[in-house]
Amino acid sequence: MTIEDLHELAEKERQRQAQYKYRILYCSSAGCVSSGCEAARTALKQALEEHGVAKQCELVGTGCLGMCGEGPLVLVHNDQTLYQRVDATIARKIVEEHILKGNIVREHTIDLNDPFFAEQKKIVLENMGKINAESIEEYIAADGYSALVKVLSGMTPEDVISEIRRSNLRGRGGAGYPTGLKWDIVRKSPSDQKYVVCNADEGDPGAFMDRSVLEGDPHRVLEGMAIAGYAVGANQGYIYVRAEYPLAIERLRLAIKQAERLGILGNRILESNFNFHIDIRIGAGAFVCGEETALIRSIMGRRGRPRPRPPFPSEKGLWDKPTVINNVETFANVPPIIRNGASWFTSIGTQKSPGTKVFALAGKVKRTGLIEVPMGISLRKVVFDIGGGTPDGSTFKAVQTGGPSGGCIPEQHLDLPVDYESLQSVGSIMGSGGMIVMDNTSDMVDVAKFFMEFCMDESCGKCIPCRVGTKHIYMMLDKIVKEEGTEEDFALLQELCVMVKETSLCGLGQSAPNPVLSTIRFFREEYTKKLQPTSCYEGNASTITETNGEQK
Amino acid sequence: MGVVTFTMDDVQYSANEGDTILKVARDNGVHIPTLCFLEGLSPVGACRLCLVEIEGSPKLFPACTTKPAEGMIVRTQTERLKKYRKMIVELLASEGNHQCAVCVVNGHCELQDLAYEVGLDHVRFPYLYPAKTLDASHKEFVIDRNRCVLCTRCVRVCHEVEGAHVWDIANRGINCEIIADMNTPWGESDLCTSCGKCVRVCPVGALLEKGATVGELKKERGFVKVIVTARSKHEWITVEDHEEE
Ligand SMILES: Cc1cc2nc3c(=O)[nH]c(=O)nc-3n(C[C@H](O)[C@H](O)[C@H](O)COP(=O)(O)O)c2cc1C
Ligand code: SF4
Ligand code: SF4
Ligand code: FES
Repeated sequence: MTIEDLHELAEKERQRQAQYKYRILYCSSAGCVSSGCEAARTALKQALEEHGVAKQCELVGTGCLGMCGEGPLVLVHNDQTLYQRVDATIARKIVEEHILKGNIVREHTIDLNDPFFAEQKKIVLENMGKINAESIEEYIAADGYSALVKVLSGMTPEDVISEIRRSNLRGRGGAGYPTGLKWDIVRKSPSDQKYVVCNADEGDPGAFMDRSVLEGDPHRVLEGMAIAGYAVGANQGYIYVRAEYPLAIERLRLAIKQAERLGILGNRILESNFNFHIDIRIGAGAFVCGEETALIRSIMGRRGRPRPRPPFPSEKGLWDKPTVINNVETFANVPPIIRNGASWFTSIGTQKSPGTKVFALAGKVKRTGLIEVPMGISLRKVVFDIGGGTPDGSTFKAVQTGGPSGGCIPEQHLDLPVDYESLQSVGSIMGSGGMIVMDNTSDMVDVAKFFMEFCMDESCGKCIPCRVGTKHIYMMLDKIVKEEGTEEDFALLQELCVMVKETSLCGLGQSAPNPVLSTIRFFREEYTKKLQPTSCYEGNASTITETNGEQK
Repeated sequence: MGVVTFTMDDVQYSANEGDTILKVARDNGVHIPTLCFLEGLSPVGACRLCLVEIEGSPKLFPACTTKPAEGMIVRTQTERLKKYRKMIVELLASEGNHQCAVCVVNGHCELQDLAYEVGLDHVRFPYLYPAKTLDASHKEFVIDRNRCVLCTRCVRVCHEVEGAHVWDIANRGINCEIIADMNTPWGESDLCTSCGKCVRVCPVGALLEKGATVGELKKERGFVKVIVTARSKHEWITVEDHEEE
């Protein structure tokens, strides 16, 4: 296929879509699958057929529509009407009233002007609710693969890297490392073979950002990877995705096959001299396999254990070859940056953290789901405007970001902007995008214990501080929760947390104490009120120094 | 090969490019405690005992895998490092069953030496002592997993030097265990050549020879010397043996 053929294909697809009176998109992402979108789809299809309008309407499965708590969701694309909790009866009503007579069934709609949608900014998720997740033609008609065309038809690899560097895109997998810089290192590492790896391990409990992108818009990730391959001089890419994501794997497989069929992946892509293949590697779902050096070993068929860095994967990665490894969302940002230019991207978000971030908003808020917000938005806006605040009758206590590697942020810091540095300044991290809101019913020691149990179970066991330390931290937290801990335990807990953080080999151990340290920082009294006095505690130390007079 | 100059504990050293901080330290008599490292095996940076400070970075780096760079300023004996080394040994002591008085390597044990070195006089954490298995199915050797510190020296020597790859790690985190083949009794291993290298490199009393009694067994401390695999019971042929012959 040539570039002209691709343009032609896009035009044809647009015409095909235009011939329908209505395009009805139902969310076919895992959230709505579990709340019953299949039943809604069948009912819609039946009703359309019964009323003889099936030919004038197109019914397609699209990516996550965001408000997962209200699913199954159905969007009538032409007039942007979003229906919630669509069961068979409502599905019928939609066809009989809305499609046949043009009367919107108001009582089942969600207002798209609701702050939940209005405060969001969609770049990564722009195709959700627009295209069929299983159709490459629809992706192409929505400007898909035009960034790859642009790259192949006039940009040198250096041009691509300088564009990404100017966009200041930072890794969305958690640490926020500048993507352009990483690509540049790989480009400059001399080697006959280089690789591109997409990290779709997504191990944070409760997180589903990457899964949604893969399920709803898989071609966007493939396009981002191909552009990376071109920029660094790699001809092979791997997507490492956990086995718990069967739908994402299925859609990726289909997408790769479609792209290969059209000559968008494979040898001599779009009749250029650029070759790029992508294969899927399925992981067993260990959290530590999301750590880049462990992930690389896992792809090589070895036990997923991290190794010390340096050397970084950009110098010694897969089979010791220079390797770009980026998160799903990082790759998903690449095509729009190439299409619209770096300065468009930097106009969104903050100077140091441009663009948007996708979060999985969960916990004690009225509206939960998948959201994409511009960087720099305040946490308060996310929790209270987008999330609609805590349910009636309960009060906000903290918002947790960064999952098991992050921390809890209390009320007094809610006006902080969402960016890498700000979240770090209060002892949390951006992380990959989990965001859990807690209200006054949450016991913060229990929260810390929950995350520590996760880290303890997921520790690979290679290094002593993490293997043994997380176990002891967990046991101490358990003791404190049961009100059996002493002041000494509490002091030792803090000492051990700092030690594990500073001495562990990989990011898992280095960040495992964060939830404990941040809850101690902001909710210290929840710990201290559970402590048992120790024997020496009675002879209060400060009184002794006071009677001694001059000691202080 | 280039040479880099760097400072370690206020003294200047020059190192061949590619050498690690640990190598330079050892060559010059600077002592840094180690456990997982053994010369001749690939370094894994797992035990964290050899962590050092590098000026300009808040992170700590394992001396056994980190290479000095030109002008680098390294510190190997700060109070912070000493405290952490002691805590690492303390954690190990709380993890497995290390009752020295009834151990075959009593007096020749690297863990015991480390405990003396860091001044570990008591353990503040509860002893975990999970009930682990002892496998005596091999005709000459025993593995007592209760004493294992998971340094993976046995795994590496068997894979990298002997080329048999009998040993591996099973499970995760605190439940990690050294297993033979695909978790079969050692005596039934198809791969084991009975060379005994793993026993010799094990720093503690986890791998031992049958018939050894308390305090009897001495292990390998330096370079892996065993080069010949064919042997009869208790007769290792080492590099030095050859030189003597
Ligand atoms: C324990 C651990 C788990 C991780 N899990 C993930 C993950 O699930 N997905 C991810 O993209 N990055 C994960 N990372 C970060 C990766 O190591 C790596 O930094 C990232 O893939 C780089 O991509 P980026 O620059 O695009 O963010 C994890 C790191 C650690 C230490
Ligand atoms: S910090 Fe934990 S997960 Fe990472 S290498 Fe050490 S034991 Fe393994
Ligand atoms: S058996 Fe010995 S050599 Fe092997 S991991 Fe355990 S302590 Fe190390
Ligand atoms: S000796 Fe360096 S980490 Fe174990």
